[in-house]
Amino acid sequence: MPNYTIFVPRLLTKRENFAPGHRACIGCGEALAVRLACKAMGQNIIVVNATGCMEIVASQLPYTSWRVPWIHTLFENTAAVASGIEAGLKVMMRKRRIATQEINVVAIAGDGGTADIGLQALSGAMERGHDFLYLCFDNEAYMNTGIQRSSATPFGASTTTSPAGKVSIGQFSWKKDMPAIAAAHNIPYVATACPSYPFDLIEKVKKGLKVKGPAYVHILSVCPTGWRCATELTIKIGRLAVETGIFPLYEVENGRYKMSLKPDKLRPVNEYMKLQRRFRHLSEKTIKQIGQRVGEEYGKLLEKVA
Amino acid sequence: MAQRLGMEVSVALGEAVKLADADVIAAYPITPQTHIVEHLAELVADGELDAEYIPVESEHSAMSACLGAAASGARTFTASAGQGLELMHEVLYVASSMRLPIVMAVVNRALSAPLSVWGDHSDAMAVRDTGWIQLFTENGQEVVDQVLCAFRIAEDRRVLLPVMVHLDGFHLSHVIEPITLPEQTQVEQFLGTNQYPLPLHPDKPVAMGDFGPPFIYTETKWAQEVNLRKSKEVVLECWQEFGRTFKRHYQPVEGYHSEDARVLLLTMGSFSETAMAAIDRMRQNGQEVGLIRLRLWRPFPFSEFRRAVKNAELLIVLDRAISFGGPGGPVCSEIRSALYNQEKRPKIVGFVGGLGGRDITVDGFEQIITRGIEIGQTGSEQEFEIFGVRE
Repeated sequence: MPNYTIFVPRLLTKRENFAPGHRACIGCGEALAVRLACKAMGQNIIVVNATGCMEIVASQLPYTSWRVPWIHTLFENTAAVASGIEAGLKVMMRKRRIATQEINVVAIAGDGGTADIGLQALSGAMERGHDFLYLCFDNEAYMNTGIQRSSATPFGASTTTSPAGKVSIGQFSWKKDMPAIAAAHNIPYVATACPSYPFDLIEKVKKGLKVKGPAYVHILSVCPTGWRCATELTIKIGRLAVETGIFPLYEVENGRYKMSLKPDKLRPVNEYMKLQRRFRHLSEKTIKQIGQRVGEEYGKLLEKVA
Repeated sequence: MAQRLGMEVSVALGEAVKLADADVIAAYPITPQTHIVEHLAELVADGELDAEYIPVESEHSAMSACLGAAASGARTFTASAGQGLELMHEVLYVASSMRLPIVMAVVNRALSAPLSVWGDHSDAMAVRDTGWIQLFTENGQEVVDQVLCAFRIAEDRRVLLPVMVHLDGFHLSHVIEPITLPEQTQVEQFLGTNQYPLPLHPDKPVAMGDFGPPFIYTETKWAQEVNLRKSKEVVLECWQEFGRTFKRHYQPVEGYHSEDARVLLLTMGSFSETAMAAIDRMRQNGQEVGLIRLRLWRPFPFSEFRRAVKNAELLIVLDRAISFGGPGGPVCSEIRSALYNQEKRPKIVGFVGGLGGRDITVDGFEQIITRGIEIGQTGSEQEFEIFGVRE
């Protein structure tokens, strides 16, 4: 049997539509995820970028890292701008103003631009059924502005606006379940992914691009700067997020849940948390509580799969 | 031959958008804009207008969807009012700064609180500095004509800026007037198709909306300012061409018995026609009064305006908005600065009135002018007077 682990990467395009030379931090999981997604998406796309890390690191006038058509306007309106582009292309092809061809509209945003300030526009665009792919690159806080908490920040994480203190545990709320919110819109495709599993990510982005109607892929993107972890641990920490059950990889295709990776036994959450200084202040008891909650949530997900 | 028919101004506006063959309409309902977007939705539903109608979930998304549609090269329209215009405020700057030729009808409405669905110019004045070309209209025919002109001006390669067409909520939007809708073929000839120079398309990738560090931001803003100022030439050219084609003529500053008038009243929007009746009556009584109206609000027509008031001794300005704690109404304060450095200039007296849908009748305008003349002679300790207020 040929060694697929060597063979498969060679099938990937060498072309970088998200070109090197951008200003992302060392070890940025998000830049890696964007690069992989771009390899999956090819040339016939239009990227709509929310304000955030990826916009700031890759688009300083007069430079750009984008080798595909790209637009950035504001923070919270990415899905709405994507709606307008999709509608514009559709009607102009119908009226024969431009040649009919497949052009995929892809909206990309961080967790703040998706789960917080951009949620309304995203919900509207998904509900209206525009044919577009939305990629949420979730690094679990407002990293671009300096590690402020978002609704996607996990419980207990210390950020600059949810600092751990004498009377504070850090982030006081549980991470918002954004993929479930997307799935509740009954859109044809929802998935979670992580660049620590590059081929899984690529396949999901391809699938999301192919479906007619809205598709949503939520990509956990390790952020050494904000998570206070070693820059060489990005891939490892992403894997641990999956293996501990904290960030399970799954798909929801036309309402049907499917696990992409199902470890026989989940690893203790502490293996993931101890590598990150944002959790360093947490007591054993709290970590145990978190582990319990992760187990419960994971169980609920498995029930949906069954 | 185009027929003159009685129709609601909002419906006529929708018909103008249909004549322009708009590609994308993204809108969120808000009183008093609703009849426009309802009519457009009907036209699309009946297949009379081949467009994508995006029923967005907010005005912020309405203008955002317009950004996307215009960036893809589609002819793009929306309409809003009052709170809706305020909700899309930040997006308005992006539309003009990114040179996206969007046309928007603004059905002028007061701002909360207290909630008021009725008309004034608070919404228009709040978006004064957003970099849009802004036109004011006085009657239904002008609304139709200016909406058509707006598409031509916005999409002109020398301009590529978004255009707002202001019409007064209810006082204009909801009235039925005799209106001539131009012939489709003439409109097609007048407008041509939208040829946006750098649309988003994989055949020729462009990056739009990069961020501008300090070394380049000032240059981008100056380019925008120069471009908006220069757009006046295209606006004038468009109105000339419109006059030749459709036999209705428009000027950035319009006069009414203003040439020989010692006292001038300045108004904007639909109240101007009521003011004309007051001018007629006062003239019959031998008073040398006249009226001027600003049709082009942005870019401000400095030279035309200065010429229009050069012979007057007194200029009375009616604002339908308040600049709280400031020098008076926003229009009046602009007028003052436009004239301050002129050697010969009229005295200026500011009034604020017609807020939140309160009507100003012919008698009312007569009172404003009479009181204005009085203040012109005696002076006033107040920066401005508010007309008809119960204190």
